Amino acid sequence: MSNSRKTRLAFAAIACLLLIIGFAQSWNVALGILNLCLISAVMALGVNMQWGYAGLLNVGVMGFAALGGMSAVLVSQAPIAEAWNASWGGLLIAAICFLTTIIAAVFCYRRLVPGRQRTLALTLVIIIGLALTRSFLDPAISSIEAIEPAKTGFLGGMGLPIIFSWVIGGLVAAGIAWCIGKVALGLRADYLAIATLGISEIIIAVLKNEDWLTRGVKNVTGLARPVPYEINLQVSTWFIDMMRWWHSGSLTGLTEVEHQQVLKQVVIDGSSIFVKLCYAGLFAGVLVFILLLSVKALNSPWGRMMRAIRDNEIAAGAMGKDVTRRHLEIFVIGSAVIGIGGAMLTTLDGQFTPTSYQPLRYTFLIWVMVIVGGSGNNMGSVLGGFLIWLVWVEAEPVGVWLMQVGTGWLDDNNAVRIHLIANAQHMRLFFMGLVLLLVLRFSPGGILPEVVKKQH
Amino acid sequence: MEAVTDFINAVVLLLNFIVVPGLAYGSQLALGALGITLVFGILRFANFAHGDTMAFGTMITILVTWWLQSKGINLGPLPTALLALPAGIVLTIVLLLITDKTVYRYYRHNKAVPVTFMIASMGVMFMTNGIVRFVIGPNDQRFLDGERFIIRARDFKTMTGLSEGLSIKLSQGLTIVIAIILVALLFWFLQKTRMGKAMRAYSDNEDLALLSGVDPDRVVLVTWIITAILATIAGTLYGLDKSFKPFTYLQLLLPMFAAAIVGGIGNPIGAIVGGYVIAFSEVIVTYAYKKVFVYLLPMSMEPEGLLQLLSTDYKFAVSFVILVLVLLVRPTGIMRGKLL
Repeated sequence: MSNSRKTRLAFAAIACLLLIIGFAQSWNVALGILNLCLISAVMALGVNMQWGYAGLLNVGVMGFAALGGMSAVLVSQAPIAEAWNASWGGLLIAAICFLTTIIAAVFCYRRLVPGRQRTLALTLVIIIGLALTRSFLDPAISSIEAIEPAKTGFLGGMGLPIIFSWVIGGLVAAGIAWCIGKVALGLRADYLAIATLGISEIIIAVLKNEDWLTRGVKNVTGLARPVPYEINLQVSTWFIDMMRWWHSGSLTGLTEVEHQQVLKQVVIDGSSIFVKLCYAGLFAGVLVFILLLSVKALNSPWGRMMRAIRDNEIAAGAMGKDVTRRHLEIFVIGSAVIGIGGAMLTTLDGQFTPTSYQPLRYTFLIWVMVIVGGSGNNMGSVLGGFLIWLVWVEAEPVGVWLMQVGTGWLDDNNAVRIHLIANAQHMRLFFMGLVLLLVLRFSPGGILPEVVKKQH
Repeated sequence: MEAVTDFINAVVLLLNFIVVPGLAYGSQLALGALGITLVFGILRFANFAHGDTMAFGTMITILVTWWLQSKGINLGPLPTALLALPAGIVLTIVLLLITDKTVYRYYRHNKAVPVTFMIASMGVMFMTNGIVRFVIGPNDQRFLDGERFIIRARDFKTMTGLSEGLSIKLSQGLTIVIAIILVALLFWFLQKTRMGKAMRAYSDNEDLALLSGVDPDRVVLVTWIITAILATIAGTLYGLDKSFKPFTYLQLLLPMFAAAIVGGIGNPIGAIVGGYVIAFSEVIVTYAYKKVFVYLLPMSMEPEGLLQLLSTDYKFAVSFVILVLVLLVRPTGIMRGKLL
């Protein structure tokens, strides 16, 4: 079967699955899954750029997603004037100290003769600089956190519409990725994997503890939305009229009281579906935009160069390609895409909870998507994002159902049966691992393998 | 005289909050890192499933411990878990041999690149994690019984008349003793026995070892068995010392990798040194030194803040920073292991 036919078939299958969920469970559930599928697909595209195009093993997806989420908070929350007034002086001096330290350290490193003296000078500069920074930063932080800690206790954000955070989330992730890439990209694949795993844990630790920045584990809830609120929709006349028109078939021939009741119900249901559809539209727009750019990039000379570097670094280097620079480039771009996905996710959730970032869900699951979908193939990653998220979500009800049926011969109060049903949800980790191993073993290219065009 | 007492008090304080916990945690990390370094040395890949292997072994040990406890069997002052360890070890060996047969052997025979092994180990990690959560649930489990302390802080105070107490938990003492015994056994095995020599030869130069008649399948088999023993014991000791939670064991992966790499990956002595380096750095930079300085400095110079370099939650950052520094300055690690 040709690859494009396979692609169409696979996506048709996904659409069918979503339709089945829509009819069998509810359209609300189906759309909720679709939205997360779209976000997963964006993140999978980011990982695919790094791994599929360039062979970089980034096991720090969670960190970049969290950075995107942080941007959503920092962009959309209103600034807290009191906190700024109380601390701006300290923050400014601390920032100046920090920058001076870095500049001095770089200066020492570049200008002094390598040797013991340079190491000593460098260590001294860094220790003194950081101590100075902290002596200004610590009081500033405690003054910020002292202001209404139960409600705010942080600096707040920029008060812009949250949709800007999708761009800024990408930029923040890109900036951090640049710093990380500068240090870690010289390493071989194994080391890079471990290093990125560590960095993602550090990013989460910072977000959990720096209350002045993100309120830490106190979470930021009630983020502004880029789409209307259900409650507002339910009282706006145009929406009620639209629902009346949409459901005109089922509304005719009812008494006035029944009509009011049915209309009220369809408006409530409709409003939540409408909101989810709005999100789906926005997310799909972002996904299509990134996908188009990725396809263009992968088929351009640049994409060919990336694949050449991936397949044989030494040969590509011998042809005059700057391998380290290209690696840094793709690492930054891929991380930016993951950051965009992370910002979208936090926007959809409407809250930022640093404790919810867990490596299995945000790093390794995305990896399963890329490997199963097809690394090196953009459509494959999107497909993987859809498919794996569907399985991940639906494995829970299906698992519980299987356990209920499988243990039906046991008594309802049987301890084993209760335990199996209660813990059935954890089996989805097992299935994910199984799917990953099966694909890796029997179809290493994934469902939609990379298409290699012959250049004549 | 008072100055001397103050000094002794400061030393006891450091012993109590840095040396004892550091030694115990370092021993646990060292045992874990030994498993990672052995798999790397023989099978040549970074095993992401190691943390979950530890969790699996510990889980079996816990289940057997509970069963023994329900039968009223115990070891008196020692934790019952020690009695249950053999069962945990055996089942973990079975698990690792099954994963090797079904997953890794195919790639080994096809001479796959290390990255493929690593991604496969991620799959194994998922599956093991799923099993552990399915069987025992994602929550904290406690299974410590028997005597809690070797020395209690209060007893120490009355014994010595100092104002600072030193307490050593039984689990900490056990950890250190068991780690010393295990490491001694491991080195005896690697240095003195035929199989151990074969393993070292295989790790050093695969082709040469094969030419000399080393059976690769046996080497791999023994490697997995040793890894299972080390992982189960390390996991159980960690669980006794702190508590058992599947997610914590996944997070242990990072300090263990760091320990193995910092020491010099593929080098068993390096793994032990790395374990202690990581553990002590974590404890040292996250300890609040205020009280120590209160003892050491005259009243007028008493520090105001807690004098804590980093909050405890940044301990991952510590292992990571050390990792990066070692990679940049001395990529082979402290003890000159292999270059990855």
